[in-house]
Amino acid sequence: MKRILLGYAGAIALMVLAIHTSIAREKPVPNEVTIDNFSFLPQTLTVPVGTTVMWINRDDIPHTVLSTDRKTIVSPALDTDEKFSYTFTAAGTNDYYCSVHPHMKGRIIVQ
Amino acid sequence: MRDKIIHDHHHDGIDRRGFLKCMAWVGTGVLFTVTGGILRSETITQITAGAGALKGALVRPKGALSFVQISDSHIGFSKDANKDVVGTLQEAIARINALPTPPAFILHTGDLSHLSKAAEFDAVDQILRSAKAGQVFYVPGEHDVLNDNGKQYLGRYGKNTQGDGWYSFDHSGVHFIGLVNVLNLKAGGLGALGTEQLEWLEDDVKGLSIDTPIVVFAHIPLWTIYPDWGWGTDDGAQALSYLKRFGSVTVLNGHIHQTMQKVEGNITFHTAMSTAFPQPAPGTAPSPGPMKVPAEKLRSVLGITDVNYIEGKSSLAIIDSPLAS
Repeated sequence: MKRILLGYAGAIALMVLAIHTSIAREKPVPNEVTIDNFSFLPQTLTVPVGTTVMWINRDDIPHTVLSTDRKTIVSPALDTDEKFSYTFTAAGTNDYYCSVHPHMKGRIIVQ
Repeated sequence: MRDKIIHDHHHDGIDRRGFLKCMAWVGTGVLFTVTGGILRSETITQITAGAGALKGALVRPKGALSFVQISDSHIGFSKDANKDVVGTLQEAIARINALPTPPAFILHTGDLSHLSKAAEFDAVDQILRSAKAGQVFYVPGEHDVLNDNGKQYLGRYGKNTQGDGWYSFDHSGVHFIGLVNVLNLKAGGLGALGTEQLEWLEDDVKGLSIDTPIVVFAHIPLWTIYPDWGWGTDDGAQALSYLKRFGSVTVLNGHIHQTMQKVEGNITFHTAMSTAFPQPAPGTAPSPGPMKVPAEKLRSVLGITDVNYIEGKSSLAIIDSPLAS
């Protein structure tokens, strides 16, 4: 009986481990920004110099990625599930927003 | 049956309770008459039953002006909230064509297209050609100026306009002003008119007498409804300051895909339903994105706005009509 119980516990432990692994897999990759519910997620992302960051729009409404200086990062309008990438070649703080919905703001810190 | 008025402080036939009750009716077919800044309302049922004091406003005397506002047709949108935005725009046009008096013109308050694509604008134009109305006047929504700062929009709809597409015209004694507040938006900000347009507006109304009824139309609401969702215009108050001296100002907006009304002094603010999909009431959802309602409910939250003006009476009546009740 005790052995059977231990067996169950082991199975549960394996299941928990499996769930953990799948959660870990679904986490956004470190250089990805998801646009969801009119927000950039994560709102602040820190990456090393040379990183290519990819934005993906998960909303039913188009969004853009535009630097606050309006010239460094300039994406076209991204429809649902469309992606946009930009490679950061210099260290610094890059503030950006959605030019269609300017209350949506984000920041990429390049170190 | 009419409700008893409990507190009639202004002897205008409306109390706070009555006002709130009529606000609850917004979007379900209500006639609004605004005289000297005072808002009165009757439901469509009361009017058609002949019990309404405002029935006369629907029987238009000679010299009366009737026009229709439509908004946010979002041609090109095909997500769950409405997979047939062409069909619902066509239904809106059919409603306009069924009005007892054909409107003098239609005001489209922006977001004609969903993604500023040429084919989307072409489809809008084709559908609107079937409208029995003299002319269509446009202002752009943010969805009409994607990727090119409104260049294509201006090429198509900007004839006889100034700057980014703003203009004014007169009809039946009413001065109409179309404003553009969807371009050059600043990070963290709301809709914006910009200095050049504000200067033009100040100059445009300078020579008008204070008894000229004014109708201003623009895509994003000119008054602040919900800044967290960007529902307002940063320099809207400055634009309105040029209009404060006029006895009757009506501000018609779209963008928020639902009706909302506010009266401030002699200025009446009104937003129209979309012909494409509804959006949630301020703060009631994680974001202002398209709201999916049961299929049988969709046409009760989409619609058109019919506006009537009787010359010399300085009053405008605004009727919101859903595609189906």
